[in-house]
Amino acid sequence: MSLDRKKAPEFKQVDRIDFINPIEKVLDNGIVLNYLNGGSQDILKIDFIFNAGVWTQPKALVAGATNNLMKEGTKSYSAFEIAEGIDQYGAFLEMDNSFDESSVTLYTLTKHLDKVLPLVKEVICFPAFSQKEFNIYKNNAIERFNINLEKGSFVARKEFSALIFGMENPYGGNVSLSDYENLSLEDIKVYHQKNYQLSNCKIVVSGKVNDTALASINTAFGKDKTTLNSTPTKETKAHHSSEKNRFILKENALQSAIRIGRLMPNKLHPDYFGLQIFNTVLGGYFGSRLMTNIREDKGYTYGIGSGILSLKNGGYFFISTEVGADVTKDALKEIYKEIDVLTKELVPQEELDLVKNYMLGQFLKSCDGAFNMASLFESVDNYDLKYDFYDKYIDTIKNITPKTLMELGAKYFMRIDLKEVVVGKV
Amino acid sequence: MINFEKFTLDNGLKVIVHKDNSTPIVAVNILYDVGARDENEAQTGFAHLFEHLMFGGSVNIPNFDEPLQRVGGTNNAFTSNDITNYYITVPKENIETAFWLESDRMLSLAFTDKSLEVQRSVVIEEFKQNYLNQPYGDVWLLLRPLAYKIHPYKWATIGKEVSHIENATMDDVKRFFYKHYLPNNAIMVVAGNVETEEIEVLAKKWFGAIPSKEIPKRNLPKEPQQNEERRLEVTRDVPANAIYKAYKMCSKIDNDYAATDLLSDVLSLGSSSRFHTSLIKEQKLFSEINAFIFGSTDEGLFVISGKLLNGVSYQNAEEAIETELEKIKAQFVDSNELNKVKNKIESTHQFSETNVLNKAMNLAFAELQNDANDVNLEVEKYQKVSAEDINRIANQILISTNCSTLIYAKKED
Repeated sequence: MSLDRKKAPEFKQVDRIDFINPIEKVLDNGIVLNYLNGGSQDILKIDFIFNAGVWTQPKALVAGATNNLMKEGTKSYSAFEIAEGIDQYGAFLEMDNSFDESSVTLYTLTKHLDKVLPLVKEVICFPAFSQKEFNIYKNNAIERFNINLEKGSFVARKEFSALIFGMENPYGGNVSLSDYENLSLEDIKVYHQKNYQLSNCKIVVSGKVNDTALASINTAFGKDKTTLNSTPTKETKAHHSSEKNRFILKENALQSAIRIGRLMPNKLHPDYFGLQIFNTVLGGYFGSRLMTNIREDKGYTYGIGSGILSLKNGGYFFISTEVGADVTKDALKEIYKEIDVLTKELVPQEELDLVKNYMLGQFLKSCDGAFNMASLFESVDNYDLKYDFYDKYIDTIKNITPKTLMELGAKYFMRIDLKEVVVGKV
Repeated sequence: MINFEKFTLDNGLKVIVHKDNSTPIVAVNILYDVGARDENEAQTGFAHLFEHLMFGGSVNIPNFDEPLQRVGGTNNAFTSNDITNYYITVPKENIETAFWLESDRMLSLAFTDKSLEVQRSVVIEEFKQNYLNQPYGDVWLLLRPLAYKIHPYKWATIGKEVSHIENATMDDVKRFFYKHYLPNNAIMVVAGNVETEEIEVLAKKWFGAIPSKEIPKRNLPKEPQQNEERRLEVTRDVPANAIYKAYKMCSKIDNDYAATDLLSDVLSLGSSSRFHTSLIKEQKLFSEINAFIFGSTDEGLFVISGKLLNGVSYQNAEEAIETELEKIKAQFVDSNELNKVKNKIESTHQFSETNVLNKAMNLAFAELQNDANDVNLEVEKYQKVSAEDINRIANQILISTNCSTLIYAKKED
């Protein structure tokens, strides 16, 4: 029997995705914990999530600095003792600070959970914020910042946020060296006091979760009295600026870093799913319009991509690439051309079917395992949404038409509404 | 523990199957035993350029990515000095698409001029983006030829210079393919909710008829023992002074590899490590400093890299590194410190086994180097390392006549 290699094997669209459901457990003092049980390794990931993202900081850099310095020494332990206590048991403590929240994440072998939890508690509740550690942090952060300023992509990202959100908006704060110099330890202490109360903490546990582990967490975190003091919410300040482009010259650049985009609705908006699909067609996967044209046809870049990021107080769309300095103009022209086409012409059904299958396959992958599911749970729980959000996502992917996509294009992707940053040479 | 079964097709293709029924995703990993070390010195960067061409269509299928995306899959590849590795993840139901695509490009490529032209430009942009237009990006282009005088590890996978990529011809490309892309020069691993019998059927159906060919024996020059201190100083437009010290170390298959790895961990893994505590926190000399190893098939490198804080002299910085090295050479690490780095190995290993693609890659690498089952013996190997071993390795390799130092200084205004 001869094999027909030109003919693709039969395939199926992903039709079933099994979610791991979160189980809620309230600790003795009222803290809400959710756990997602799965996997065969005796390991755990525990996220402690606080409403302490960039959005809530009173001054530039405070949220990130607080999050970072918490592990550098506490009331009872030096920075070294904390680090060694965690390292000793092969555990990892990760501090993370994003636009909307900050987190402390513990990765540990289940058998060592009791040994490391008290240290995590110290880090969260009793950081010392010593002048000595603050100075080290600040100096090293300035060094890193200066190095980053030499990277076109870093500068482009920074300027882009400022351009679309405006300097008044916490998301848009265009950090400069003087912000580092103005960081004060007092601000950090006050910020921690306000934003890292256990009463504002959400705990998400994933991995092989059993009753013993839950009891340990309750012992460490469920006994202190907590008073509910909700962190104040800030009003969104709408940003109206006529500034459309920023160009920053880098005389010796071999490449130009490009960012193009605009503000976009977040997860709570009915257009959100359709916009994600539109984005995938445009620049969200290897076979996207942008990748196919700018990289695979023209060879202008090593990579180009786009994304839509949902934030609690307004999201954004961005295209990001680094292109040969000599082809900067041509690349910009082609990028706008690709966007423009999607606002005026229907995506061929065959291409849309491919994108649908691709997105469903990728979504299946992002649901694989307890750790991944924990991330998916957190990213809806943040918005007080439930898993039916994902059911709607799957449903929209399966049913969206070329016409709806083109309408979304005309509504959100007109040239006149897009802003552009170029760092390099034109 | 990763359970697996292994079989070999008549044409020499080795296939390893690992069953993991907890996931709806299957990983298909194909490793070709060819890397930048197999290149000719006048044509470097070729293995990597070739990796790009493997996506430019094969003999019967004009586009590699599109059919895979159509079935919900995704893929990528990477090239190192030792190997070229291609991987796919795909929903289990659609696994046959992966076999169809991978077998056709093992059979033969489309070799279109357009693909060569475009990928040549893409790789040149990659060269710029990661090595030339990036602060400290050219470090490895400088350090490799300092540390290696003869062995092909003296060039980076991206290539020695852009011109080598510019000058690649279609004939070169074809020659490279027919020499290295053979079933008997590859290892395929399939990991996911699959049965060995079904994989055997698919493997025979799609790969069975691809002819094998004799593979010329690899005959790489052995790097002579280094007997002198080497130094190179460069000035660049960067904001901070940096220092890189590369010491020769054993290969990944050597018995001393685990001890060498743990030596680097004692020095710099985590915030309680010696470098972090002493050089960043106490003495405030560096904004960052790391020790890490290159796990390579031939003799590798043990590297220390640090960025000096503003105002710190090279002399002070280097002396402080030396003092730490002398300490670890003079005294055995105590049992707490040793247990600490071993515990990290154990947990890292556990966490890495939560992902089918990781498992598939690890099985493939282990099989190439010796035996796939080595993945299951690794933690034990690390557990067996003693304080004496670490001390012995430190005294053996962390010496000035075994070291190549790169002083990467900022331009003073």
